[in-house]
Amino acid sequence: MGAVSNSPEAPSLIDAVAERKELLIAYVPHAQALGFKVVDAKPGEAWLKVPFDAKLVGNPATGVIHGGVITTLLDNCAGVAVATALPELRSIATLDLRIDYMKPATPGLDVVGYTRCYKVTRHIAFVHGAAYHEDPDDPIATTAMTFMLGANKAPPGAAFGVNAR
Amino acid sequence: MSAPESDSSQPKAMRSTAEVRALLEAIPYCQFLGITVEDGSDGGIVSRMRFGEQIIGNAALPAIHGGAIGAFLETAAIVEVLRISPAGGALPKPVDLTIAYLRSARAVDTLARTIVTKHGRRVVNVRVEAWQDDPARPIATAQGHFLVARDDA
Repeated sequence: MGAVSNSPEAPSLIDAVAERKELLIAYVPHAQALGFKVVDAKPGEAWLKVPFDAKLVGNPATGVIHGGVITTLLDNCAGVAVATALPELRSIATLDLRIDYMKPATPGLDVVGYTRCYKVTRHIAFVHGAAYHEDPDDPIATTAMTFMLGANKAPPGAAFGVNAR
Repeated sequence: MSAPESDSSQPKAMRSTAEVRALLEAIPYCQFLGITVEDGSDGGIVSRMRFGEQIIGNAALPAIHGGAIGAFLETAAIVEVLRISPAGGALPKPVDLTIAYLRSARAVDTLARTIVTKHGRRVVNVRVEAWQDDPARPIATAQGHFLVARDDA
């Protein structure tokens, strides 16, 4: 492993990115193409935002954004929550994603995703989350996901711009 | 997977692939993802998400973003519901979707087919399967419910 885990006490991913939390999604081309922003991140928790944009619209009659935008926001947000929950860098891959749509997003408004990784086992991480405009208690959608740890051959830190030689 | 036999509760009028394609072309997010539809070999409809740099999730592999796959599966379900619905109705609204990610989605086109498991008066249950080179090796599957407005409801 590289600089991050060579130190006697390997800093977590969250320490590695320090105040530059935008790095948590800077190396995900799809997140960049959709304009995702990191609102905040703590160990095992993440908040991402997708600013409203006309290209996200899934229903031209109503102007409501596509459900897939919410799925993508929560999937990426959960990936960050899992990565920051882990004591060391590991590759992660979504295994299962359940999403429930409570109400359509309001046209013109940004959407915030919040996810919490509440359990990590040897091979699997478990996440809950929700998407909302302003009030987390008035969700647009909620989600439950599982992630596989060490699932692929990608360099573990590559998705976060951390060098793990 | 193939389209189910139409039952008596299902409207006879169906949209053609060209009509569904025209509806998709009016949806900005589907255009952004590069989703289109074509005729399937079994007489059904097949959705295609063209590979593009903008849908990459992991540049090191490279692999398509799981969210883009989820959006594609949801769209493929909407495509099939539109196909078997009479023209003029509103777009089906997703209620819930459960996605199983089976294999990493490589940097090539992705295809999907949908079975309507149950077509109720208000809710449709669908099963979607997505693959890349080999339909026998799906990369992801989904099951979910969509709200539909039926003129005869």
